[in-house]
Amino acid sequence: MTAHSAPMPAEIVVPLAARRTVLEVENLSLSFRNADGLLPIVTDVSFSIREGEAVALVGESGCGKSITASAIMGIAPENAVIGGRIVLNGQEISALGPKDRRKLCGRHMGFIFQEPMTALHPTLSIGRQMTDTLKHNLGLSQSAATQRAAELLDRVGIPRARDILRGYVHELSGGMRQRVMIALAISCGPSLIIADEPTTALDVTIQAQVLDLLEDMRREMDLAMLFITHDLEVVGDFCDRAVVMYAGDVVERGQSADITRHPSHPYARGLIDAVPAHDDGRTRLTPILGTVPPVGQWPEGCRFAPRCGRADEKCRTRPRLETLSQTDVRCWHPLEAGA
Amino acid sequence: MLRYLFKRFLLILPTIFVPLILVFLLLRLSPGDPAGMMLGDQATPEQIAALRTQLGLDQPIWMQFVLWLKGIVTLDLGNSIFFREPVMQIIPRYATVTILLTSVALVLAVVIGVTLGLVSAMNRNKPIDRGVVTTAVLGISLPEFWFALLLIFVFAVTLRWFPVAGYNSPDAGIIAFGATIFLPALALGVRQSALMTRMMRSSMLDVLNEPYITTARAQGLPETTVLGRYAMRTAAMPVVTVAGLSAGYMLGGAVAIEIIFALPGLGRMLVEAVGRRDYPLVEGGVLTISLVLAVLNLLIDLVYALLDPRIRYQ
Amino acid sequence: MSVTQATSPDRLTGGDEEVFVTTNKSVWQRLMANPTAVVSIAALVVLSLSAILAPLLAPGNPLKVTPADRFIPPGLEHFFGTDNLGRDMFKMVLHGGRTSLLVGLIVTVISMGIAVVLGAISGFYRQVDVVLMRLVDGLMAFPGIVLATAAAGIMGPSMTTVITSLSIVLIAPSLRIVRGQVLVVRELQMIEAARSVGVPTLRLFTRYILPAVSSPILVQASFIFSAAVLGEAGLSFIGVGIGPKELSWGNALTEARNYISQAPWIVLFPGLALMLTILALNLLGDSLRDVLDPRLARRR
Repeated sequence: MTAHSAPMPAEIVVPLAARRTVLEVENLSLSFRNADGLLPIVTDVSFSIREGEAVALVGESGCGKSITASAIMGIAPENAVIGGRIVLNGQEISALGPKDRRKLCGRHMGFIFQEPMTALHPTLSIGRQMTDTLKHNLGLSQSAATQRAAELLDRVGIPRARDILRGYVHELSGGMRQRVMIALAISCGPSLIIADEPTTALDVTIQAQVLDLLEDMRREMDLAMLFITHDLEVVGDFCDRAVVMYAGDVVERGQSADITRHPSHPYARGLIDAVPAHDDGRTRLTPILGTVPPVGQWPEGCRFAPRCGRADEKCRTRPRLETLSQTDVRCWHPLEAGA
Repeated sequence: MLRYLFKRFLLILPTIFVPLILVFLLLRLSPGDPAGMMLGDQATPEQIAALRTQLGLDQPIWMQFVLWLKGIVTLDLGNSIFFREPVMQIIPRYATVTILLTSVALVLAVVIGVTLGLVSAMNRNKPIDRGVVTTAVLGISLPEFWFALLLIFVFAVTLRWFPVAGYNSPDAGIIAFGATIFLPALALGVRQSALMTRMMRSSMLDVLNEPYITTARAQGLPETTVLGRYAMRTAAMPVVTVAGLSAGYMLGGAVAIEIIFALPGLGRMLVEAVGRRDYPLVEGGVLTISLVLAVLNLLIDLVYALLDPRIRYQ
Repeated sequence: MSVTQATSPDRLTGGDEEVFVTTNKSVWQRLMANPTAVVSIAALVVLSLSAILAPLLAPGNPLKVTPADRFIPPGLEHFFGTDNLGRDMFKMVLHGGRTSLLVGLIVTVISMGIAVVLGAISGFYRQVDVVLMRLVDGLMAFPGIVLATAAAGIMGPSMTTVITSLSIVLIAPSLRIVRGQVLVVRELQMIEAARSVGVPTLRLFTRYILPAVSSPILVQASFIFSAAVLGEAGLSFIGVGIGPKELSWGNALTEARNYISQAPWIVLFPGLALMLTILALNLLGDSLRDVLDPRLARRR
């Protein structure tokens, strides 16, 4: 399927546990400063990603996934107040100023957006956007940058790379656009890729191709990958570990296989029951009733309680994230494994 | 690209003909005999009859229309009653001044508007932004002929930096020309620059929320590149669109400005021709302004197509 | 705009995004809660009252020439000073406002009225639309003042000429806005339903279309009013407006420019009155838009 010529590397031999940690997020919190004071958006998010590892950040829209990603990239809105520690390749980047943060973007971290049509510039050529990045981050000359851009397009499986470089985003198909986006994100050899719902806007058939491409890139380049999604199937197939978020909180964290098969948090269970599955003989879907409470209207105690069938008096106090047998769960009444 | 420009050209045709037809109808359908009005009270019936024949007024109206259309297409606009020379020879002398004045005013308006709009958008809700927004509202409400008088009072009468009125053509040297064109162009451009400031500001604020700006930042490009290249490129497009309307407005505003600063331009010529009932010259003036506008709008469409590849492929 | 959408963190672009709450308050109540609107309405009331009450506030013929009183600077005797003919500027500004505001009002009513009727027709009949929109294109790009100048030359400067030519010129932008709104509204289900049960077109227009387009019309009317006042002043200033026998702010400035070095106040006060009127109308239009269409107005 892919046109690139690079040989597939051998199956991962180094066990994940022995690999270098690329990203560490500790007690990350984010609030927006507005006229009335601080409006909390994300509270207490912690996770880490190792080299070659894919971690999923899962939840409904409005849970704070994307804003968490922008906080890591250092491109959160100006009025965001960010707390906690973010460590990239051993360097505490949360302590850096905005200019130094910007220097890490592209070179050490790449970002892939949900909607490549709007995430690529409409009136600058594909080539211009790629060479601007390459020239600035790697100090390449114009001709070297063009050469490298063509190689990158080739590598993500885009035929006629030289022609595409002269083209514009509106001339490409959805899948091609996302390939260009991926080429742009990996262009300066980052160690971390953050992909924000990279397949949501694509046709189902194209989704699989783009996921395959991301998987290839991850293996070839030993990339640490943060994969923001609401699609649990993708989590199970594609990610090593998963972090489930609800209303700005981490509610469950662990191996993605454990979470997708035996979730302990009622919200994670709900997410799985809401997905049509073809193999477990279920005939009807169970949606999670209600919606994510808007920011600023979070309930006291467990934020999921109003939508939770297991909620009782105890849930009026805030649960902590605690390690159960397999996963870390923030719940007073976790589901038994296998339930 | 050529097809696009041709389509734009077809769309511009009404701009040329609608005003001309209105003037034609006004001239022919208004009560009274244009020939009699042109020649005044002392004219003999023979003189009036001769002029009627010369102007084709003795023909039925549809025939007059055909003759008039033929005159326009062949660029034969007849003779000025007052100057007694072909309209086509008189017009260029005046048109040059007006085109220069409007161009300088347009450049001033764009430069001021884009700069202030950018500064404002980048400092959203800060004091400097509020200051610019307030100034822009004041500027939009500023009648240009009154502003021209204020400029004369401050910079020509009181400070004596510029002459009160008069015109030096560019042949007299750029400084001499600039001294006589700056105040008029500033007066003419101020309202448009205020409009463009507002447009640029809101356009920039919209663009800064676009995902491709976040992409540029996430790629590590420095803020100057992000704003100056990635954001400006799209944010400037509404301003380009508005420049065409602005230019049209300025050609109208130029009438008063040329009178105030005694510039020998098309607008002043038109008012004088109207006063003298020199109808061939009036028609010629209106036609010239229409044509200038049409050419300008085509140029703007061309710029637009160069800025936006999506248009080129339509 | 739903509250949840505006506050969902994934969509948040900044903490200062406004959350729009639909209230049942009347337009007037919401206008009164907007400081800019209050100030601009107050200014317009004062300007209109001083124009209407001019004969009481500043009695006497404003055009009466008193050569002995030439170029008296502003003071207690003559609030705004006197001009080259010894005329009291305060009186001239007050009385001039009568003409300027009256012309503005009449032009607004005429051009908006025609625009609404033509816009509705244009929105419903394709063939008419094609022709009308080309005419509008032609009128929009061309400077109205040049057309009005030509008209004045042919019809002779007078109040009627000014009102006629300004009305024609100002129909174009309003027509475009009304037509656009009608095109949107006519696709609404309630209109479709009304049409399908055979409600007559005229009633469809008065009962459904007119109320639906009233908001943009109201906003547009204040901008048209300001354009009309400015247009009249400009035409009168260059001598093709209401004619030398009448008095308006534009007319008052025509002579004034010759005496700018001796008596700058002759230039200052009519122009200030003019600018104040235009400013108030523009601000009113802006705040009306804020109140009636928050989506459009967010950035202003």
